[in-house]
Amino acid sequence: MSLFTLGIARGLVGQVLGMVIGMLLTCAVRILLGWEAWAAEPAWTVGSVCSIIGFLLGVGSLDDWLKWTRGIQTPLVHGPPVDKPAWTRYFSVDYNHKVIGVQYTVWGILLLMVGGTVAMIFRTELARSGLQFLGLDLYNSFIGMHGMIMIFAILLGVGGMGNYLVPLMIGAEDMAFPRLNALGFWFNVPGSILLLLSLFIGGWDAGWTAYPPLSARGPIGYQLFFLGVFAIGLSSIVGSLNLLVTLLRMRPAGMSLFRMPIFCWAVFATSLIQLTATQLIGTSFLMVSVQRAIGMGFFDPRGILGEVSPMVGGGDPVLFQHLFWFYSHPAVYIFVLPGLGIVSELLPVFSRKPLFGYKWIALSSMAIAIVGFIVWGHHMFVSGYNDILRIPFMYATLLVAIPTGVKFFSWLGTIWGGKVHFDTPMLFVLGAISVFLIGGLTGPILATVPTDLPLHDSYFVVGHFHATMFGGFVFPFFAALYYWFPKVTGRMYNEKLGKIHFFIMTPAFWVQTLGQMGVGVMGMRRRIADYDPTLGQGQIENWQMAVTIAGFAIAFGVMLMLWNFFQNAEVGVSAGDNPWRSRSPEWQIPSPIPEHSFPAPLKVVGEPYDYGLADSGYVTTTSPGDD
Amino acid sequence: MTVTTAEHGHEHDHAADDHHHDGEVDLPTYQEYTRRNRLGMWLFFASEAFLFLGLLVTRFYLWRGPHGEVVRPELDQFAGLVVTAVLLLSSYFMNRAEVSIANDKRTDFLVSLLVTAGLGTAFLVGVVVWEWGMFPGIVKGHLKPTDGVFGAVVFGMTGMHALHVLSGVILILNVWWLGRKGDFSSERHWGVEACAIYWHYVDLVWIFFYPAIYLIGSTIEVPH
Repeated sequence: MSLFTLGIARGLVGQVLGMVIGMLLTCAVRILLGWEAWAAEPAWTVGSVCSIIGFLLGVGSLDDWLKWTRGIQTPLVHGPPVDKPAWTRYFSVDYNHKVIGVQYTVWGILLLMVGGTVAMIFRTELARSGLQFLGLDLYNSFIGMHGMIMIFAILLGVGGMGNYLVPLMIGAEDMAFPRLNALGFWFNVPGSILLLLSLFIGGWDAGWTAYPPLSARGPIGYQLFFLGVFAIGLSSIVGSLNLLVTLLRMRPAGMSLFRMPIFCWAVFATSLIQLTATQLIGTSFLMVSVQRAIGMGFFDPRGILGEVSPMVGGGDPVLFQHLFWFYSHPAVYIFVLPGLGIVSELLPVFSRKPLFGYKWIALSSMAIAIVGFIVWGHHMFVSGYNDILRIPFMYATLLVAIPTGVKFFSWLGTIWGGKVHFDTPMLFVLGAISVFLIGGLTGPILATVPTDLPLHDSYFVVGHFHATMFGGFVFPFFAALYYWFPKVTGRMYNEKLGKIHFFIMTPAFWVQTLGQMGVGVMGMRRRIADYDPTLGQGQIENWQMAVTIAGFAIAFGVMLMLWNFFQNAEVGVSAGDNPWRSRSPEWQIPSPIPEHSFPAPLKVVGEPYDYGLADSGYVTTTSPGDD
Repeated sequence: MTVTTAEHGHEHDHAADDHHHDGEVDLPTYQEYTRRNRLGMWLFFASEAFLFLGLLVTRFYLWRGPHGEVVRPELDQFAGLVVTAVLLLSSYFMNRAEVSIANDKRTDFLVSLLVTAGLGTAFLVGVVVWEWGMFPGIVKGHLKPTDGVFGAVVFGMTGMHALHVLSGVILILNVWWLGRKGDFSSERHWGVEACAIYWHYVDLVWIFFYPAIYLIGSTIEVPH
């Protein structure tokens, strides 16, 4: 078996070839126009576009469609490759949603480790005041890199959970568009490679938000950064479209919307945001890209009338912030809604009680998604936009607390009086609730104009943001990994190691987030490589050190988890089909799940969360003939 | 709950979509696949709407005169009118193509597709040569992309739209080529339908873009 039977190896070769071809093309056009042949920025930009196409062609995710354009029918083949070892399907284009879900998750965890490593590097730098080993530009590139890589990682994690779980939870054979599903995953690989590559051709030093005018004048790395985000954005759009069609058209008879497992509601709400808002980050980045490339002055304030009326015809950087945050605020709901869905999904299983207020939880996800579209301006209280806009944005933002509060009350109501089992997934769910509470309670402080003005761009924001991301995504994601690990592999992870991971990570995260808020209140600015050691009556260095140590503890915990999974995926104790005694459809079939998940169409015979109700079921997977 | 792993009776449905022969589960019908495809297509349009809305917002945000009034640059009104008329006319022929294949009128279907593609190409040539002035030897352009926000927005909006028209023309030619080989029938022509609604959608976008670029606001002199 040669290396090139692996799709990903062919894809990488395709990406390199695409880059070279794109660069040569640029040079050729420039020579034809009579210009100097080599110019770094256009060459890298066109090369990067071609490199994404080259990867997709190489990996083979466009093969079927290219055949369709020639009128050749291609049957959808499910199953492991015939003439290759079964594991190779995880490194090649595969149309089974369970394989794609694992691909998303593993690639997401890899990026999580890269982003975490970058964070460890600059966290070490911040442990003491003064510059020890990082230059200013590299520090700036690193903080932006940490942000954007983590966003990629989270989107991949969300995609992984959605792709793996949604068809199983609604008893569908696969996603509605399996080929599109594969394409959605494979976009991420060249995208993240471009993002990492950008670090080596100058980086990009204005943070992950890429505000012009800095990003319009920064190093070439920005073009690669924009294209990397483009690729991930395309993945988001096609992935969410696929999930929406799957949820709307492929449920079995009897599974009304309000009888779906609650995680499906979270995915539905998330997908609505992903489908629409993602276009706006693409638009805003494209505008900066063309401003850099051919001087289209969207955000360049220099007007056209010169002395007469200097403002007329000039661009406006504030417009960028509007367009950018129209995606990037709802984006945090893309990150947290599936995580909160996991919390709602797991609590009844481990409390052995019905989910409290199912309809309210389902609708609260939708409410968060919808309100999320009208709150972007709270990122711009100090941007210099019209002061009147501050008020509606403030109230709209505070409104988000209501559906979020609904979720908290419902979670408490679910645990209340339940027979709670403290297995590792449940511990992470409880950890998620505690951490998300910290993030949630610091939200209104930043949403309110008078308190936001002094705290804006301080480390307090960093603390708040990390609490929402850990509570809303990282903890639930880890809970999901522990919870569905036995379903995916058929093996049980080591429970003791899982608990050690939890009891290291949770207190460490509390120290980290509260420490970040603390140094923020002391006056530490975010995105600055150095700070004044006399801040906080000279205490700031101790706090920074505590945050750094906590960060390393979290990293250690994550390594423990990965080692645990790695150890037990092949040789662990057999887990049985339903170790958690869940009612959800995916637990009613064997572990690991067979190629075609369900032997027959699902029949819905009850409510999804009637835990504790004797002799009641949610679904049967029996085929009608066997009754 | 019981799980059956036993073989279950299954009659292969030859009426089902030809793409999906895995012989394991009851395959949905062509109609069900088309319903899924249709929903997917409309969700794609919803997504694209946000892209075009973003451009419209940009236009009204940035095109302001000295006193904050809505302005627009001086453009060739005749060129704008002609390309708009050409594009609207093309939608008629696209519709004619779809109706023709639904009624099995193969010649009308193929001819209408070619006319649509021709009109779409005419629109592209009108924008690129006449309005943009990409070939100054033929027609000199009025604005350059670098002429402040006026150049940026005109080229940004028409460019993004032209990209969609271009992909639409390629799609139509592909459908025409497949149609000539006999790949579509009166019952089964989702490919034609997808191509048609995409074309109408791109047309609809222009109905919003044309007044935004050419008609709304008072004109302002853009020095070159």
